[in-house]
Amino acid sequence: MAILNLKKIGVSGVNSALHKIVENSEKDFEIRNPQGQHSIACGINAPLNVEIKGHVGFYCGGMNKYAKILIHGHAGVGVGENMMSGYIHVKGDTSESAGATAHGGFLVIEGNASSRCGISMKGVDIVVGGSVGHMSGFMAQSGNLVICGDAKDALGDSIYEANIFVRGEVSELGADCIEKEVRPEHSAKISKLLKSSGINANPTDFRRYGSARQLYNFDVDNFESY
Amino acid sequence: MSEDIPKTHPRKSATFDDYTLSEIRRAAATGIYDIRGGGAKRSVPGLDDLLFLGASLSRYPLEGYREYCGTDIVLGSRFATNPLKLKIPITIAGMSFGSLSAQAKEALGRGASIAGTSTTTGDGGMTKEEREQSEILIYQYLPSRYGMNPDDLRKADAIEIVVGQGAKPGGGGMLLGQKISDRVAEMRNLPKGIDQRSACRHPDWTGPDDLEIKIHELREISDWKKPIFIKIGGARPYYDTALSVKAGADVIVIDGMQGGTAATQEVFIENVGQPTLACIRPAVKALQELGMHRKVQLIVSGGIRNGADVAKAIALGADAVSIGTAALVALGDNNPELEDEYKKLGTTAGAFDDWHEGLDPAGISTQDPDLSKRLDPVTAGRKLSNYLKVMTMELQTIARACGKSHVLNLEPEDLVALTVEAAAIAQVPLCGTDWIPGKKNEILLS
Ligand SMILES: Cc1cc2nc3c(=O)[nH]c(=O)nc-3n(C[C@H](O)[C@H](O)[C@H](O)COP(=O)(O)O)c2cc1C
Repeated sequence: MAILNLKKIGVSGVNSALHKIVENSEKDFEIRNPQGQHSIACGINAPLNVEIKGHVGFYCGGMNKYAKILIHGHAGVGVGENMMSGYIHVKGDTSESAGATAHGGFLVIEGNASSRCGISMKGVDIVVGGSVGHMSGFMAQSGNLVICGDAKDALGDSIYEANIFVRGEVSELGADCIEKEVRPEHSAKISKLLKSSGINANPTDFRRYGSARQLYNFDVDNFESY
Repeated sequence: MSEDIPKTHPRKSATFDDYTLSEIRRAAATGIYDIRGGGAKRSVPGLDDLLFLGASLSRYPLEGYREYCGTDIVLGSRFATNPLKLKIPITIAGMSFGSLSAQAKEALGRGASIAGTSTTTGDGGMTKEEREQSEILIYQYLPSRYGMNPDDLRKADAIEIVVGQGAKPGGGGMLLGQKISDRVAEMRNLPKGIDQRSACRHPDWTGPDDLEIKIHELREISDWKKPIFIKIGGARPYYDTALSVKAGADVIVIDGMQGGTAATQEVFIENVGQPTLACIRPAVKALQELGMHRKVQLIVSGGIRNGADVAKAIALGADAVSIGTAALVALGDNNPELEDEYKKLGTTAGAFDDWHEGLDPAGISTQDPDLSKRLDPVTAGRKLSNYLKVMTMELQTIARACGKSHVLNLEPEDLVALTVEAAAIAQVPLCGTDWIPGKKNEILLS
């Protein structure tokens, strides 16, 4: 285990250490004193285990590939934005746009996520232990967003082919987002994701939301929705 | 009797002209706004309204072809450890794979590489063909993040964060179902055949303070090597430029309202944003006030057609220009040789702009495999490089006539304006006078 003291080497020092990985080099890292700094552990391109001991700012784990990143604290805007693969686990809450445009991998937020969680997600799986703010799953293209708490206004607005599962209350659905039947494959998916996340919830308590596919091609009779 | 009364000539309304009437009928029949490609077609004050003075007794010209006139530029020297070195100050603008065929993207790469300049990806990601054929490739970072991935980011030579486009400042991308082929759909992680309306705001930042943090992230991911461009539609060039500098840009691209698009609402193209000419001076002023002129490079685009346009943009303070539409025309777009096919599409060569429908007979703005095959990327690439070289020689011709050993030495003092509007906008004197509208007469030209 290599210790990276951010207070001493700065964000660039930390990131360059995580980017300089060659075969047989150290795979386990602990980042100390993250001090809420931005862009920590972004752009990793190797199967590393990274533990961050504290809170992080914007874009932690951005564009992650392969790495497992555990954040022992809260995370700022865009945690795991555009990640491709790997696993990011936030012990605390996250700010806006968690997992934005992420193409793959697994993002777990034990606490609450703010607005726009999973915005434009393109294949990532996200589990939120608490609730999410407004506009979550906006234009979500594919992947699964599992919300154990409540969801605020405009959930899944203009959603494409992603699935949103909510256990609690949904304040309001966004344009073209409807409640859909939870089929056995969906229950199996929820169970699997909850199990991998380590968050305890009953998979049968969730409802599913997805696209009504009414806005996929232009139609003047949908005028009210545009 | 009444037959003997002379009739007045039928008179059409200037307000309700034929085009307007046809658009009202079209809207009534279809219930959808008109979508098209290209840039603003209306006449706006432009670079044609400026003239160079040339040399005389007070300025010595340089000998054509004999005395050297440099055209090389460096982009991204502010923070990036690997700035771009281009042989000419004309780059190829970002045009997406999806809006353009893979062959067209490859041809753009080939042409740009022969001419020693860069090309740019677009809303839809990087194709293998364009990376292989582009010596210098700029990777666009757009609100949709279609095809955005760290592998291509690392393969890119620079990153361009797209805030807006001149054809539609404040609008998102648009690619209609007809052009969503299997390959396009896969690159964008979306079902085939659906209309794609990309977001107009970035999903994980809003405003200049966030942008600064976003730029920091992209620099960290790319280990501070790659220049970061910010592309802005011509809306508020003074403030947008100042804020881009503050956010940490290496290069700023300002795209005026004549700038092309693959597909946007006609009402947007023609009525939102400022003409290219109107964007240059405010942007340069912002850079000068911040002590960043020629340190943060300014690229101007939107309706650039020839070496004179390039020279004028540079004289007003730009470091380079970027071209979209003109590059497509060089590849073969709107070629009169295809007139029969344009007629079948209900249009004529020179006016074909239904690029969103994917039926381009030139094989450029299409995803149809048979149509795309019509464009030979090698021949088309060669045509583009010829055109880029001609523009560069035209630029040098003007620069030498103004006595400049490098094109970047062109300056506003080399210019006059043909109209009062252009004089006011470009802040150069009206020809034959020393009058710059809005300025006190400080210098006497005559
Ligand atoms: C077919 C086509 C596709 C375009 N796609 C994009 C794009 O994906 N991203 C972008 O920032 N601009 C796009 N643009 C705008 C160009 O990058 C550029 O701003 C514009 O073409 C410059 O004006 P000009 O066409 O008059 O040279 C596109 C333009 C055209 C003509």
